[in-house]
Amino acid sequence: MVDFLQFLLSGITRGSIYGLVGVGFALIFRSSHAINFAQGEFVMIGGMATVFFLTLGLPLVLAAAGAVVAAALIGALLQRLAIAQAKNASVLTIIIITIGAGMMLRGAAEIVMGRNFHSYPAFSGELPVDLLGAKMQSQSLWVVAALVLVTIGIHFFFARTRLGKAVEATFSNRFAATVIGINVPRILIVCFMLSAAIGALGGVVMTPITLTHFELGVPLALKGFCAAIVGGLTSPFGAIIGGLILGLSEAFAGGYISPTYQEAVAFVIIIAMLIFRPQGLFGRRAVERV
Amino acid sequence: MTSDTPRQLIACAVLATALALLPIVAPNPYYLDLATKACLAAVVCIGLNLLSGYAGQLSLGHAAFFGVGAYASAILCAKVGITPVVAMLAGCLISAGIAYVMARTVLRLKGHYLAMATLAFGVIISIVLNREVALTGGPDGMSVPRFNLFGYRTTGVWAGYGLAAVALVLAVRTAIVFVNSRVGRALRAIGDSEVAAEGLGIDIARYKTGVFVISAVFASVAGSIFAHADRFVSPAEAGFMRSVEFVAMIVIGGLGSVAGSIVGATLLTLLPQLLAGFDHYRHFLTGLILILIMIFMPAGIVPTLLASGRALHDRYRPFGRSARSVTGRTSEG
Repeated sequence: MVDFLQFLLSGITRGSIYGLVGVGFALIFRSSHAINFAQGEFVMIGGMATVFFLTLGLPLVLAAAGAVVAAALIGALLQRLAIAQAKNASVLTIIIITIGAGMMLRGAAEIVMGRNFHSYPAFSGELPVDLLGAKMQSQSLWVVAALVLVTIGIHFFFARTRLGKAVEATFSNRFAATVIGINVPRILIVCFMLSAAIGALGGVVMTPITLTHFELGVPLALKGFCAAIVGGLTSPFGAIIGGLILGLSEAFAGGYISPTYQEAVAFVIIIAMLIFRPQGLFGRRAVERV
Repeated sequence: MTSDTPRQLIACAVLATALALLPIVAPNPYYLDLATKACLAAVVCIGLNLLSGYAGQLSLGHAAFFGVGAYASAILCAKVGITPVVAMLAGCLISAGIAYVMARTVLRLKGHYLAMATLAFGVIISIVLNREVALTGGPDGMSVPRFNLFGYRTTGVWAGYGLAAVALVLAVRTAIVFVNSRVGRALRAIGDSEVAAEGLGIDIARYKTGVFVISAVFASVAGSIFAHADRFVSPAEAGFMRSVEFVAMIVIGGLGSVAGSIVGATLLTLLPQLLAGFDHYRHFLTGLILILIMIFMPAGIVPTLLASGRALHDRYRPFGRSARSVTGRTSEG
């Protein structure tokens, strides 16, 4: 029972991390039908920039906020200076631009922060939390809290704000959205900023657990992408649920079966998903245009 | 087809001559080693471009087929003692088998589904290569015996280059014949519009499966030769980032262009070396150059240059055709 609880807790921590990374993929795919291969780098920037601001002597709250804002600005710049410049580009061209942007961001992090691992202390001390005999790092609670915050925030954004509704309209029909007066280029920037900020927030809360490194983004992005696929790729909530499913499956498979292939679990799930439910758990069935 | 063939034969001959002259010009074996890597990347890209540029399907796992070929050669030659050519063929069969099963299950789906399946499959292969330490040497990799043909042992960096160059010329020739055949035209029709192609009576699933298997075999052969040329394989060769690099190569060189595959592969193989002097700034600059090429030549280098060339010479088309989006159809509002 303690084992079960232990795996459950570590699964939730992992899952929350994957969910936080996956949301960004879904938001950008929703607005531009492109896969943003720089999403993992936003997460990396969240951790790295926090480390950077902390060394400047800023308090943790300001450093974390600064990291999120910095990532959002970089997201806006990426959209404005690179993606929007490639006019009439195919989705594949946009994907390659995001790959290039990912390399640039990794390179920039390498230039500024070097090739070492960085971290900072957990927000509420290093003492583990005891839950019915199972132990969990106190920082995990911060990760879960960040995920809950993001979930509520996204719900509010899409359900209550004009901007959120405009994003929805852009997703369902870009041309019609333009016709009714929605500034589609601005919507795209907003989506990139949101994805970058959410990714960076994930980076901020996970760094005391995972540490950060200029190449941290790639493996994280892969898992986050899987989470988004499980959720259907177009649904931010799907990505969060998908992340939790992947995290829990990995934790239980690693605990009860074998840790050797724990890392492969997410990808096996993806293949099973594509065979049995290709549109994902919450995705809309793709409509093929002639 | 008829009018293109002589010109394409000439292009092949020019390529073969250039590849044959390169060892004479190359100042030292290091450059030859780079040329070997570029040739092999080009072989993978030519295959991948048939899949993406013509049939309009994206693969994010082609490095896995490269890895399957490389490790088939490595394991069968080093541990089982099979002759390299047979090991290479075995690698092709395994790759083709995997590709066939994947295609049958996933290719009937549209959009990004193949990309996701190939991504998942590719990562699983690279995890297996990392974990099966007894068989593959794990993350440390394993060494591979020299290539030999009917007992003729080959030596030095020259032999690896020779194999890679021959493979490249054969790949170019095969791809050109393929593209201009009935099958190639069917694939182009599928790439343009699946519904219209189906209406013309094209068996979409069969053609897509076929081209996917062929592109996997191209990658597998390149992997086998790489294993013998480098005499060492590591799981990084099959990793996700390698797969992404292959996609980047064909998009940069030009989708639907055989010459573009070669240009893209060569450029992205040499770029990190050319920037080696910038040390810390290397990754940053590579990324920046990728972005700039995509902004200023969204159709890829070769199609863009050909288009400007066409403005001068009317109907000048060496090989290939102008690029077209792979997944663009889903993005139009």
